[in-house]
Amino acid sequence: MNADLLTNAVDLIPQVQGYAYPNERTLHPLWSVLIVVYPYVTGLVAGAFIMASLVRVLNVKALEPIYRLALLTALAFMLCATLPLLFHLGHPERCYEIMMTPHFTSPMAMFGFVYAWYLMAVLLLELWFDYRRDFVDWSRTESGLRGLIYRAFTLGVTDLSEPALRLDARMGRIISVVGIPSAFLLHGYVGFIFGSIKANPWWGNVLMPIIFILSAVVSGMALCVFAYLFLCWTRRVTADMRCLDLMTSFLFYALVIDATIEGLDWLHRLYSAEEGIEVLRSLASGKLFYTLLLGQAMMGTLVPLLLLGSLQLARKWVSDLNRRRVYFGCSALILLGVLAMRWNVVIGGQLFSKSMRGFMSYKMEFAGHEGWWLSLALLALPFIILTVLIKYFLALDLPTIENVVPGAVRRPHSSQAAEGRAG
Amino acid sequence: MSENVTRRNVLKNLAGIVGGILALPAARTCQAAVRNVFATAQAPKGYDPFKHKWLMALDVDRCIGCGFCVEACKAENSVPQDNFRTWIERYVVTRPKPGSGESRGDTFVDSPDGGIGGFKPSLIPKEDVLKSFFVPKLCNQCENSPCSQVCPVGATFESPDGVVLVDKNYCIGCGFCIQACPYGCRFLNPETHTADKCTLCYHRITRGLRPACVEICPSQARIFGDLKNPIADDPLQRFIENNKTQGLKAHLGTKPRVRYANLDEEVR
Repeated sequence: MNADLLTNAVDLIPQVQGYAYPNERTLHPLWSVLIVVYPYVTGLVAGAFIMASLVRVLNVKALEPIYRLALLTALAFMLCATLPLLFHLGHPERCYEIMMTPHFTSPMAMFGFVYAWYLMAVLLLELWFDYRRDFVDWSRTESGLRGLIYRAFTLGVTDLSEPALRLDARMGRIISVVGIPSAFLLHGYVGFIFGSIKANPWWGNVLMPIIFILSAVVSGMALCVFAYLFLCWTRRVTADMRCLDLMTSFLFYALVIDATIEGLDWLHRLYSAEEGIEVLRSLASGKLFYTLLLGQAMMGTLVPLLLLGSLQLARKWVSDLNRRRVYFGCSALILLGVLAMRWNVVIGGQLFSKSMRGFMSYKMEFAGHEGWWLSLALLALPFIILTVLIKYFLALDLPTIENVVPGAVRRPHSSQAAEGRAG
Repeated sequence: MSENVTRRNVLKNLAGIVGGILALPAARTCQAAVRNVFATAQAPKGYDPFKHKWLMALDVDRCIGCGFCVEACKAENSVPQDNFRTWIERYVVTRPKPGSGESRGDTFVDSPDGGIGGFKPSLIPKEDVLKSFFVPKLCNQCENSPCSQVCPVGATFESPDGVVLVDKNYCIGCGFCIQACPYGCRFLNPETHTADKCTLCYHRITRGLRPACVEICPSQARIFGDLKNPIADDPLQRFIENNKTQGLKAHLGTKPRVRYANLDEEVR
C-alpha cells in the first residue's frame, strides 16, 4: 500500500490540487501577468480621458489645471496599451491579421478597431485641436529640434485668426463628447473579453464589462490625482487645492458606484449559487485571500472610501498639507487596488480547473518572457513616455485655457514659463 | 504657407487615409472567407466536406482504461508530451458513510499522464468503492463552438463535415479559444506556438480511414461514422438506436456533437 501511495504520488502534478484536465496542468496560466497589465493600462487610459472630459464637456472650470495632464496621461498609457498583448502572442508577427482579417464574432478582433478609433479619432485629434495654437506659437519662438517638432505638429495649419481658434475649441468639444462613449467602449470591450467566456464561471458574467468600466474610471481618476500631486512636488509648486478637492470628490463618488456594483456582483453570485460557486468561495478565502479581500476590497476600496468620504464631510478642519497627503495616499491605494482587481480576475480565473474539481497554482517567474521584469518594464514605460510628454508639452504652471493672457505666448520650457509667471 | 495646405485639405487627406485603412480589412475579410470555403485542411484533392458529417460516440461502459487510444493519438498526430488531444479519466465514487442519508460518497477523478499506459490500482480500498468507471475525452466538435466564436482572426472554424479545425499557419497564438473551451480540449502547442486540438484525425477520415483512437480501441468504446453516408449495419447508427445518449456540459449551450452513452452525473 505504501509503495502504491508513493508511485501514485509521483503521478500527481505538484502545481495541481484535486483534478484538473490534463491540458490545464501547465506550469503557469495561459494568460499570465502580461494580461494583467493589459486591462490595467487600458483602464487607466479610459479613466484619465473621462477626467479630462469633465473639463470640456461638463465645463468643470475648477479642473482646468489638470486638463492637459489628464490628456497626456491618457496618451502615454494608450501608446503602451497593446504592448503586453503583443509580447504575449504565440505569433506576434501575425498580429496585423487581427485588423486585416478580423473575425467579427470575436470580442478580441474588435480591439484593433476600437483601439485605432480611440487613438486616432479621439485622443490624437483632441490633443491636436487643443494644442494647435500652442504649436504655432512655440514653433515661432523655439529653434532647433524642439522648434522642428512643434513645427511638424502644426501639420502646416498655422492660421491663428479668431474664427480658426473658435473652430479649434468647437472641434475639441465635439471630440470630447464623442470621446466619452468611446472611452467606455474601449474598456467595456476589455471587460467583455472576459465576460464573454461562459466556460469560466469567474469571468462569464454580464456585469463584467460594467465592473471593468467603473474600475477603469476610478483608476484613471486616481492616476490623475497621483500624477498631479507628483508633478507639483517635483516642480516645487503648490497644488491647486480647489482643483484637487473637486478631483477627489469625483474620485470618491466614482469609487462609491464601483464598490456598489462589485459588491452587487458578489452578492448575486453568492445568492444564485450557480455551478462553480464553491470553487469561487474557496478561491476567495484561499489562494486569492491577500489580493482579493485584503488588497482589492480592504486596502484598495474600503480604506480610500472611508478616508475620502470623511474628507468630504470634514474638509474644512483638515489643513491643505494633510489633505494633500491623504489624497496622495488614497490615490496610490486605489491604483494598487485596481491592479489587484485585474490580477484577481485574470489570474484568479485560471487558478481553478474548468472541471470544477481542482485548483492550479501560479508561481511567477522573475525573468523570462512572462515574468516580473517584463511586466514591470511594461508598467514603467508609460510613465517614462509621460515624463517626456510633460517635458515637451506641459508648462510649469500647468496652463489652463483661461490663465493665458491674450496675446502672450505659452512657453513649453519650464524656465521660460517660470519667467513668464514671475513677470 | 501654400494655399493648398488648409485645414480642410489636411482633414480631407486624413479622412482619405483612415478610409483606406478601414477598407483594407473588408477586402481581406472577403479574401479569407473565400479561402475558408475552399480550405480542405490536410484533406486529399477532391474531398468534398459538404458530402460528409463525421461523428464520434463513446460508450462509457465499454471503456477499460487501457490508454491505447491516448498513445495512438500521440503517435499519429505528434502531440507534445504534456498535452493531449484525447485522454481518459477515471472516476471513483465512494460509498456514503453509513447513516449519512446520502446516495453516494465523494467522487475522486484522476488521469495520470492522460491515461497512457493504463491506470495503477486506486488508493481507495475496494470495500469503500461504490462504483468506478473510465471516461474517454476528446474535442466535442461543438455545433455552437465557443472556440471558433472567439478566435480573433478566424483561424479556427467549423468545417461543413462537422469537425472544428485550426489553421496553424494562420493562428496568432492568443489563447482565447483555449480559455473559451469549457472542456479543456485545447492547448497551446509548445512547438508551433499555435492552438491545437483533436481533428478526428482529419488526414485519415478524409481518406476513408478511421481516427487512430477508434482504430486501436480494443473494447469498441469509441464508435465513429459518417452520418451522411451510413454503411451497411453502421455501428454509429446502431449505437444511437440502442443507447440513450447525451453530450457534455449541455447547459452551456455549446451543442456538443460527440455523443456519450451511460454517462454518470459526476462527469463534466
